[in-house]
Amino acid sequence: MSFAIELVISFFLIVGGIFVLVGSIGLLRLKDLYVRLHAPTKATTLGLGGVLIGSMFYMHYAQGYITINELLITLFLVITAPVTAHILAKVALHHRVKMMQRTRNPHHVETARMQQAPQVLEDKSKDKDSNTIK
Amino acid sequence: MLDITVIIVSGMLCVALILNLWRLIIGPHVVDRILALDTMYINSIALILLYGIYNRTPLYFEAALLIAMLGFVSSVAFGKYLLRGDIIE
Repeated sequence: MSFAIELVISFFLIVGGIFVLVGSIGLLRLKDLYVRLHAPTKATTLGLGGVLIGSMFYMHYAQGYITINELLITLFLVITAPVTAHILAKVALHHRVKMMQRTRNPHHVETARMQQAPQVLEDKSKDKDSNTIK
Repeated sequence: MLDITVIIVSGMLCVALILNLWRLIIGPHVVDRILALDTMYINSIALILLYGIYNRTPLYFEAALLIAMLGFVSSVAFGKYLLRGDIIE
């Protein structure tokens, strides 16, 4: 394995490590839960993508074959990280977690809390007064 | 050179894991703790991949994939339990 390929792999690994570290520092240092959701969702996922790209280069050039597992891990994380962040933001709205003083439009929290899950059409007899889809 | 890089990046990831553990301990609300646990899952995936590079074997990718899937499922289960009071309705 030549020096240039090792340099490329090291670059991707170090960039990935720096992004993961920045995500964790943001998780520790930011003020608010809603602000704190940004750091692990974006920076840590991007850092893990860097580590996975470095690993893929290494497995291709040192072992001589391409494994599809890195692509699967990348695809899975890119799909699932926004889903987790969305569910955690909904939980935080539901439990009325305190937000910062200068949060804009805080009255929209009540609007978001009022939204119901879509009801099943058959059990209209149970909840007549809720806003079911007729 | 690659071995030194892997050791340096592993040190960065260990510092990141310690910061996540600090947030997991001091978290003011339970959502903070779930978020810190999810971030610790992702960091341990990266640490396992680096261990695979260090040992020059592709064996650990399966473990990383398993940890990714279990981390997502556990975070969603915690969120559903806190949101609806039940996991599977």
